[in-house]
Amino acid sequence: MLKSKKITVDFSGFKAINELDFEVNRNTVHFVIGPNGAGKTTLLDVICGNARVSTGKITFNDKHDLTKMSENEIVDQGISRKFQAPSVFHHLTVYENLEIAMKQKKNLFSIIKANNNQEDERKLEDMLELIGLTEEKDNLAGSLAHGQKQWLEIAMVLMQEPDLVLLDEPIAGMSKSERKKTGELITKVAKERAVLIVEHDMDFVKDYADVVTVMHEGQLLFEGSMEDVQKDSRVREVYLGRKVD
Amino acid sequence: MQKAIYQSVFNNKVLFTFILLILLLAPLFLSDFRLNLLGKFLAFAILAIGLDLLWGYTGVLSLGHGIFFGLGAYCMAMYLKLEATGGKLPDFMTWSGMQELPLIWLPFQYPIVAIILGILLPAAIAFLLGYLTFRNRINGVYFTILSQALVLVVVTLFIGQQNITGGTSGVTNFETFFGFHVNSSSTQTVIYLITVVVLASVFLGCRKLVKGRLGNVLVGVRDGENRMRFLGYNPSNYKTFVYTLSGGLAGLAGMLFVLQVGIISPTMIGIIPSIEMVLWVALGGRGTLIGPVIGAVFVNAAKTGFSESYPEYWTYFLGALFVIVVVFLPKGLMGLVEMIQERRRKVDVKQSGIKESNIKESSSVEVEKNYS
Ligand SMILES: Nc1ncnc2c1ncn2[C@@H]1O[C@H](COP(=O)(O)OP(=O)(O)OP(=O)(O)O)[C@@H](O)[C@H]1O
Ligand SMILES: [Mg+2]
Repeated sequence: MLKSKKITVDFSGFKAINELDFEVNRNTVHFVIGPNGAGKTTLLDVICGNARVSTGKITFNDKHDLTKMSENEIVDQGISRKFQAPSVFHHLTVYENLEIAMKQKKNLFSIIKANNNQEDERKLEDMLELIGLTEEKDNLAGSLAHGQKQWLEIAMVLMQEPDLVLLDEPIAGMSKSERKKTGELITKVAKERAVLIVEHDMDFVKDYADVVTVMHEGQLLFEGSMEDVQKDSRVREVYLGRKVD
Repeated sequence: MQKAIYQSVFNNKVLFTFILLILLLAPLFLSDFRLNLLGKFLAFAILAIGLDLLWGYTGVLSLGHGIFFGLGAYCMAMYLKLEATGGKLPDFMTWSGMQELPLIWLPFQYPIVAIILGILLPAAIAFLLGYLTFRNRINGVYFTILSQALVLVVVTLFIGQQNITGGTSGVTNFETFFGFHVNSSSTQTVIYLITVVVLASVFLGCRKLVKGRLGNVLVGVRDGENRMRFLGYNPSNYKTFVYTLSGGLAGLAGMLFVLQVGIISPTMIGIIPSIEMVLWVALGGRGTLIGPVIGAVFVNAAKTGFSESYPEYWTYFLGALFVIVVVFLPKGLMGLVEMIQERRRKVDVKQSGIKESNIKESSSVEVEKNYS
C-alpha cells in the first residue's frame, strides 16, 4: 500500500537516506531494524511529513504523492505516527487525549461544534479498556507511569483509525510484561491495517515480525523474514561489534 | 486533578451569579467616581479574557494588544467626536489646516457602523497578521517580537498623522452618545451596566468555547503544536482564529473604555499598556479565564491606589510585581488558590492513610529500573 521510489533525504550534504526503494503491504507487521544512525527514524519522518525528500516519491494506495503534502493532510490519508519519545498531552486527561486524537473532522468549525455521540463514546471506552487505562481516564496524562504513557500514545494513534501505523521504538523503557502486552496489542491492531515499526530489541522483532527490513547507511541492506535476516552474512557484518541477540 | 479544583470553586454557577449580582448592584453603593473606575477596570477585564484565550490556552504571547484595544477605542472616539461637533470638522483638524473631513472619518458618523467597525477592524487586522505569520510558522518569541513591532509602527503612525488622529493628544471632548449626555451620571451608570453585561456574556461565551473540545485542542496546540499536526490538525488555523477573536474582544474593550474615560491617545495603546495587559493575565493566572478578570481589576485598582498616593512609584511597583509573579507565582493568583487547596487535600490524604503516595512511589521506581 505504501511505496517509496528512490527517495533521498539530504541533511546539508549528509544523505540520511540514499535512493531507497521500499514497500509496505497490507495486514503486515513490518519491522525496520539497523544500527544507530541507519536512517530508520528519518524514514518514518519522510513518510509522515516531518522531513522532506530531496528526490524521489512516496505513494500511498497508488494514488497520492506524500512528499508534497502537509503533515495533517498525510494524517487525513490514513497514516499515523507514534514518536520515539512519548509525547502525550500532560495537561489533558487520558480521556481528553484520546478524544482529540479520535478520527473526526479536525477543522476549526467541526471542532467548535464537536460533541460525542454514542458510537464515539463506545470507541473511547473500548480503547481505554484495550490499553487498560479505564480507571485512569479522568487523571491528567502527566501523572501516568512511563509505560502507560506509551500505551496512551499508541492508543492515540489507533483512535485515528489509520490504514498505516508508524511506531518508533514503542517498547523502549518498558518492563517485560509491558513489552508482551504491547506486542499483543500490535498483533491485534495489525489484523486490519499495516504496522511499520522501528525497533532495536531483537527478541521483540523475532516474536512479532511478519517482514523485517534491515537498513544500513540510508540504504536497504536486506529484506525478508526474521529467520532469513539472522542467516544473512551481510547483516551479520553490519552488526559486528554489536551483538545480535 | 487540577481541573477538578477549578471546577469546584471557580466555575461554580453560584459564585458567578453572586459576583454578577454585586457588580450589577454596585451603582447603589459606589460613588460616581468609583463606579466609573470600576467600569474602566471591567472593560480591561474583557480584553484580559481574550488575551488569556490566546496566551493561556493557545500559548501565543502577544505584546501588542494595545493596538487592537486602541483601534476599537478610536472607532468609538471618532463617532463621539463627530456627534459632539455636529458633523463638522473636529477642532484639532481645523488647527492643522484641514478643509474637510478625511475619508476614513466618514463612516463614523453612524454609531452602529462605528460599533461594528470597532470590533471588526481590530479582528480583521489580527486575522491578517495571524494568517500570514502562523501559516509561515513564525511562532514563539518571533511572533511576540513581531507583535511588539506592530505597536511601534501603529503608534508612530498615529502620532505622525496628527491632522487625522489628533496626534499625541488623541481624541477627546465628547458630549453625547446616541443623544444622551455622555458625562451625566445616569448615562455613565447605564454604560457601566452595559459593560458588566458585556463582560459576563464574553466570559460565559469564552468559557463555553474552552470547555468544549476546542479548549482541549488549543491546549494541545500550546503544549505540542507539532504533535497536533500529526494528529491531523492544522494548528495555524486555530491560532489565527483565537488571535482574531482576542483582537475583536480587545476592540470591544477599547470602545467601552472610551465611553467611560472620555479620551483616547497613543500613550494609552502603546508598548507599556500592552505589556501591562499581559501582566493582568499573568498575575491572575493563565488559562483560567476568571484569573485574568481578577488580575485586570486587581492590578488596575492597585495602580489607581498608587497613583492617588505615590504616583512616581507606580512603574517601580509594576516592575516588582512582574518579577514576583514570574519568580514566585508562575500560575498567578489562581495558582496560589490551587496551592492552598492542594495542601489542604494532602492533609486530608495523610489523615486517611498514606496509600496514595505509596502507589506513586512504587510505579516511579519501576520506571527508573526500566531505563537503566
Ligand atoms: N535533522 C537532522 N539534521 C542533520 N542530520 C540528521 C537529522 N536527523 C537525523 N540526522 C542524521 O541522519 C542519520 C540517520 O538518523 P536517524 O535518526 O534516521 O537514525 P536511526 O536509524 O533512527 O538511529 P537510532 O537507532 O539511533 O534511532 C544520523 O546520522 C543522524 O545524525
Ligand atoms: Mg531513531
